[in-house]
Amino acid sequence: MIENRPWLTVLSHIILLLGVCAVALPIWIALVASTHTPEAFVQGVIPLWFGDHGAETWGKVLFSAAGNGVDVPVWFMMMNSLIMALAIAFGKIAISIISAYAIVFFRFPMRSLCFWIIFMTLMLPVEVRIMPTYQVISDLSLLNSYTGLALPLIASATATFLFRQSFLTIPGELVEAARIDGAGPWRFFFDILLPMSRTNIAALFVILFIYGWNQYLWPLLITTDDAYFTLVMSIKRMVSVADGAIEWNSVMATTMLAMLPPVIVVVGMQKLFVKGLVDSEK
Amino acid sequence: MNVTFPHRALPWLLLLPQLAVTAIFFLWPAEKAVEQAFYQEDAFGLSREFVGLENFIDLLTDPYYYESIVVTLIFSFSVAFLGIAVALALAIMANRVIKAQLFYQTLLIWPYAVAPALAGVIWWIMFDPSIGPVAQWLKFWGIQWNHYLNSTDAMILVVIAATWKQISYNFLFFLAGLQAVPKSLIEAAAIDGASPIKRFWTIVFPLLSPTTFFLLVVNLVYAFFDTFGIIDATTGGGPGQSTKIMVYKVFDDGFIGLDLGSSAAQSVILMGIVGIMTVIQFRFIERKVQY
Repeated sequence: MIENRPWLTVLSHIILLLGVCAVALPIWIALVASTHTPEAFVQGVIPLWFGDHGAETWGKVLFSAAGNGVDVPVWFMMMNSLIMALAIAFGKIAISIISAYAIVFFRFPMRSLCFWIIFMTLMLPVEVRIMPTYQVISDLSLLNSYTGLALPLIASATATFLFRQSFLTIPGELVEAARIDGAGPWRFFFDILLPMSRTNIAALFVILFIYGWNQYLWPLLITTDDAYFTLVMSIKRMVSVADGAIEWNSVMATTMLAMLPPVIVVVGMQKLFVKGLVDSEK
Repeated sequence: MNVTFPHRALPWLLLLPQLAVTAIFFLWPAEKAVEQAFYQEDAFGLSREFVGLENFIDLLTDPYYYESIVVTLIFSFSVAFLGIAVALALAIMANRVIKAQLFYQTLLIWPYAVAPALAGVIWWIMFDPSIGPVAQWLKFWGIQWNHYLNSTDAMILVVIAATWKQISYNFLFFLAGLQAVPKSLIEAAAIDGASPIKRFWTIVFPLLSPTTFFLLVVNLVYAFFDTFGIIDATTGGGPGQSTKIMVYKVFDDGFIGLDLGSSAAQSVILMGIVGIMTVIQFRFIERKVQY
């Protein structure tokens, strides 16, 4: 603190608390809404305090079919979301760490061409080329499959860049020492590079898990079979009914369940999350 | 890196998975989009004819497309500006309260983890004309809110939902930027009698300008491409065309309207925009390294 200005400190706390409240307010309302019966909404505004139907709604949402054309319960879709998020996170980390390894530690013809091809994918988010990507997946008959859900989202230049940047800082002496001691490329990769990249892998995992879990448009398009529905996309089906017929209490309970896992990951692994976020943008 | 492993086949083997996925799911679809942009296809995919630039000409003379561009610009700049302003204010305050910093940071960053579609739905219920508490509160002040019918209301709703999600991201970057401002500069200015407000505008804000510019680009990219879920889950582009941003229009024209040629032409235009933004972002990062 440069100088002592108590009123400024108090003001800082007030503004921060206001910010925290404004950020948390919608979640409060959503949580409260999920503890009332659907009738509570017919009468008028959402009450601002908890009702006593919370356990009932949450239990119903979790374990019985979601309705409105979705014949599977929320816990089942959570499993699908989990499979998709983990497949994307692990798949991305695996293929990008080995390709960054190849680009940094080997010299071969067309090395920079390969790098540029990977770099180009930064410019093509799936939303932009949605129609042709859908056609490709349908040509490969991967609609309604876990492979179709995860594979197209696995290639990404960001993860490759992150690993490339960190590999470039590894001193050449280390490689030389490993080679003198008789370590081949595989041994160097598994015994030296992987242990050194542990924190990077963990930080990237946090970011990619959130990215995978929160996918919306892609699963919405390529799944027509309930067995592959993910939780975030199912929200769209639950609110796509006639106005006034939306069961807000179930929708809000589902929404809370859908945001819980990634929020827990962010809050629980805050340090890794911040590192992953800052690093993957550089 | 000067020291490398002398292998010829191994690097190709290591690169193969990423190159294969890139080729199948990025290059092939991109090539398809470019190709389709020059054809007119019937809705069942039975026949198609080469039409040259007609799809592009149709787009650029289509008033709906212009409306979509304007909507995208209003939406993106509102989200970027609001998100940056609020996050900066919060970061400055958090930078002052050293002891409670982690506490506030934890409570401010979690919306990053909420999926855009979910953010849209919870803000929708807040503003729902019949049951939403905020809509009721506005009514109490004599403001009639109905985002189902009023296009301005619909736009405000999606902007708030998109901004809410992005504040956490901007906050973290601003906090990091503020912590990098040398204490000695601030102390020197304080000794010279500059007030906290003056110190902010003459020292801290200029030093933060690289961060601010970086965040502006990132936020614009976010608003352009990652907010599909917010639009789709809340307004569905309506009422009318009032929240139909360009990414939503690509989807809408392609999958709902089944106008493949036009959708592909829009994809190509969007790819161009992403390309330009990526280049800007990278040039900026290069410059920052030289600082």
